Amino acid sequence: MTSANPSLSPLPMETAAGSSLFAELTQETLALTRRLFVQLLRRPSTLVAGVLQPLIWLLLFGALFANAPSGLLPGGESYGRFFGAGVIVFTAFSAALNAGLPVMFDREFGFLNRLLVAPLRSRSSIVLASVLYILSLSLLQSMAIILVAGLLGYGWPGVAGLLLVLLTLTLLVFAVTALSLGLAFALPGHIEMIAVIFVVNLPLLFASTALAPLSFMPSWLAWLASVNPLTFAIEPIRAAYNGKGFLDAVVLQAPYGSLNGATCLLILFVLALALFLIVRPLLDRKLQ
Amino acid sequence: MEKLGLIELHHLTKRFGGHRKTPPVLALDDLSLQVPAGCLYGLLGPNGAGKTTAMRILCTLLTPDGGEVRVGGHDALADPRTVRRLLGYVAQDVAIDKILTGRELLRLQADLYHLRPAEAEIRLKELIALLAMEDWIDRRCGTYSGGMRRRLDLAAGLLHRPSVLVLDEPTVGLDIESRNAIWEVLRLLRDSGTTILLSSHYLEEVDALADRLAIVDSGRVIAEGTPQHLKQSLGGDRITLRVREFSTDEEAGRVRDLLQACPSVRHVVVNRAQGCSLNLVVEDERAVEAIRASLTAADFPIFALASSRPSLDDVYLQTTGRTLMDAELAVMGQRDPKEERKQQMR
Repeated sequence: MTSANPSLSPLPMETAAGSSLFAELTQETLALTRRLFVQLLRRPSTLVAGVLQPLIWLLLFGALFANAPSGLLPGGESYGRFFGAGVIVFTAFSAALNAGLPVMFDREFGFLNRLLVAPLRSRSSIVLASVLYILSLSLLQSMAIILVAGLLGYGWPGVAGLLLVLLTLTLLVFAVTALSLGLAFALPGHIEMIAVIFVVNLPLLFASTALAPLSFMPSWLAWLASVNPLTFAIEPIRAAYNGKGFLDAVVLQAPYGSLNGATCLLILFVLALALFLIVRPLLDRKLQ
Repeated sequence: MEKLGLIELHHLTKRFGGHRKTPPVLALDDLSLQVPAGCLYGLLGPNGAGKTTAMRILCTLLTPDGGEVRVGGHDALADPRTVRRLLGYVAQDVAIDKILTGRELLRLQADLYHLRPAEAEIRLKELIALLAMEDWIDRRCGTYSGGMRRRLDLAAGLLHRPSVLVLDEPTVGLDIESRNAIWEVLRLLRDSGTTILLSSHYLEEVDALADRLAIVDSGRVIAEGTPQHLKQSLGGDRITLRVREFSTDEEAGRVRDLLQACPSVRHVVVNRAQGCSLNLVVEDERAVEAIRASLTAADFPIFALASSRPSLDDVYLQTTGRTLMDAELAVMGQRDPKEERKQQMR
């Protein structure tokens, strides 16, 4: 039998190899990211819910204190304006917290195995694709909320302020994504994953300065809020909205001392880095 | 190129579990196997024999507790990426992304194997034509039937023109038409020089397709060779006899004693699962006449009398002491699919 069909004959190794490391890394990472976006576009409910939920927060919770006595908040701010920064951060935070879910489903359904038998240049591409996807998704959702909040009269940070807002959100999203991806590999299934997300989500919001300033809180809660990563994201954004000097002005009067915007960002950066370093051995082990 | 298809598994052992209450399960027990390049090789054994575990180790999804794996001379444990490029793997539980279309899934796969875009499009066209997928390749995978999924998965495994194709139970649960289509492609691939390792618990499949085969049982290879050779090595012919459609135990016993006295009859077994029919191993076809004569002489009727050459089932029976069907039934109750799914999760 010599009916060698050209479309069927195997290819010698030498021609199969060849292109550069970087080109191949880009190719595989983009392909994996594209898949996540195709999923999002064909099943847009996560995107819609991700915008709708903070929008409802903004409308209902923002209106809750509409008739509160003026001067309730330090600086005489309106509550809606005060709350806007909190909602923006909460939007990005919730989106990032879900980052691990697609990975968890791939683990459970065995799609991950399909990726693992392929000769990927680096299996970090799988993680990187998730990070890219969640970063763009959460920034997109946050932008939608920023625009709506602006239209509702809750303020607008200006162009420089907007850049600072996006930078702050990026740092927070990196940190939370690392955590979520870690959970996606550490937990046994999506039920457990959803349970953890459920338990973490709201308490972190309540124990931050999203809903009320530190001066409203009893000291134990003020302490908690002053070490909550969400607070380190909320306060610089709030300052950006109020048009203060973004980075050098004091934005948080924590019980342990005053922090300026730059320090908050530095803390977020260190947190993101630390979480990635902590989670990395786990990812390496699971992805070998 | 010839060498690239060579598969060598040396003394593989693999244990699963062993935490908490469950004792560890020995999935592979010193399993060794050598598949020559360009060979269509069958792994035959009941569910739970270790076929899937061996294949997952070969495809670098699992690391063995001990042993060595080489594909085309490359060490799969030391250099898994090279081996992954040589291999195409079609797993048993096809995991597909329901929301993507077949074409999008193939494109994703092409990118994971770093095919150039132009090259990938040509490959896609070829494979879509070869596996007759034109009509539905642009529909979402979630709508596919079992046969479509299997064909899509085969195409995905072939995209990068692997030297070695590994298929885990490729036709299980498929209709005859899809099965034949897959068989046809596998034969074409073999003829074009691809090494194929295929696992199955269907005797006919391995008999019809494989150039060589290994019978795997309890994590080890218990027989190996060409189907022809394995069957011939058993020697003798097989005869199935029924004096009535349903005999009593007692009657079957008397017939057995009668036939055991015939000089050309080697061995008689009463098969209670088949209405007390009798399974005989005889020297050659002339024994049929002797049996007919002695039954008539003793006044027994004959309901059915059929003779055949030894089959792979007989080979299995001879080496393990049970039929493949019995082995299947025996493991069915013992396995815990949920636990096995967990082990496959990363």
